[in-house]
Amino acid sequence: MAGLASTIYNSLIRKNTVFLTTIFASAFVFELGFDSISNRVWDSFNQGRQWKDIRHKYVQAEEDEE
Amino acid sequence: MLARTCLRSARSVAPVRNVASKTASRSASTSSSSEGAASSFTMTVAGSAATAVAVGSIAWYFHLFGQEAYAMTPAEEGLHPTSYPWEHLKWNKTFDHQALRRGFQVYREVCASCHSLNRVAWHALVGATHTVDEAKTMAEEHEYDTEPNDEGEIEKRAGKLSDPLPSPYKNDEAARAANSGALPPDLSLIVKARHGGCDYLFDLLTGYPEEPPAGAAVPAGLNFNPYFPGTGIAMARQLYDGLVEYEDGTPATASQMAKDVVEFLNWSAEPEMDERKKMGMKVVVVSTVLFALSVWVKRYKWSPIKTRKIVYNPPVKH
Ligand code: HEC
Repeated sequence: MAGLASTIYNSLIRKNTVFLTTIFASAFVFELGFDSISNRVWDSFNQGRQWKDIRHKYVQAEEDEE
Repeated sequence: MLARTCLRSARSVAPVRNVASKTASRSASTSSSSEGAASSFTMTVAGSAATAVAVGSIAWYFHLFGQEAYAMTPAEEGLHPTSYPWEHLKWNKTFDHQALRRGFQVYREVCASCHSLNRVAWHALVGATHTVDEAKTMAEEHEYDTEPNDEGEIEKRAGKLSDPLPSPYKNDEAARAANSGALPPDLSLIVKARHGGCDYLFDLLTGYPEEPPAGAAVPAGLNFNPYFPGTGIAMARQLYDGLVEYEDGTPATASQMAKDVVEFLNWSAEPEMDERKKMGMKVVVVSTVLFALSVWVKRYKWSPIKTRKIVYNPPVKH
């Protein structure tokens, strides 16, 4: 455990430039993950209510033409 | 200046306090105890009177201006709307877009002959109630003015997605003239513009009685509606069972149509609601997590300070 922590510390946190990069990269990754999870939760709250849930009923004709 | 006043008042209060506390006063003292009591009264008269005036004037002011004024009779106030359990008003619910689509149909087939909806453009319907092609087709059914051409003539062209929904009348005067003097308000923001919002609109649309109650005075040209402030409204009852035919097969009862059109008008007033609520949920989640984290970090940082012990070693006497 201690070995892992010191590996993380040495490779990601110790140098300031690397630490800054770590912060930006993890913010980016966190945002992606958080957004996709909360979008999924939101869609489950609103099953069948949003436009994307009923869109297929109305785009059929358009797709046939193409 | 203030300091000097304070000093002076402190000096003048001091003998009063001495007398009041009945500390032993030498007979040589200039004030006997009875004189002291009298002077204590006269000395507080000004303060007490000022306090009484202050309290009294504040009370009088609130009596005059602080209370809500109910100048209207209940009829002028209008019946308060029932509060309905609107699904789309819950904190975690979007609009039901199928209902919005039905509501737009009601607006278009019923209300649009009198009411404009000019804050909504055709493109706003795209991705909310209709597909691009449907919206384009509907826009093209209406004619709009062009910009003046080289001769300064204004011509007509078919509508585009960027055009607002067409108004039924050329201007407000024409609208008044066609409705015996009453202006049908633009409905884009009506849900936000009326107390009671969705509840009021639903009750207004469905609240027309078959006949005005006995004794109610309904001026000529007006219709009785208890929910409308004043109870006499220039708009007659609009929604009757089966007035429109829903494409999704929902039975078009008057209350169903009212519910759908009200939800649609709520959408037109707050088209950002779905996105706003979703963003709100994310903000609450992230900021509660950050708050909890900050509490733990604070405990961590303070722990050496909170747990330290301060020891006093008295100097050893020789
Ligand atoms: C025949 C024309 C006409 C039609 C159709 C019509 N209205 Fe009206 N509406 C009016 C007029 C006129 C007024 C103004 C009433 C007044 O001020 O006395 C009005 C007022 C209103 C008001 C404002 C009430 C208030 O509190 O000031 C709302 C909301 C409303 N209409 C909604 C609707 C809806 C929704 C529909 C469609 C179901 C509709 N109207 C259809 C003529 C019409």
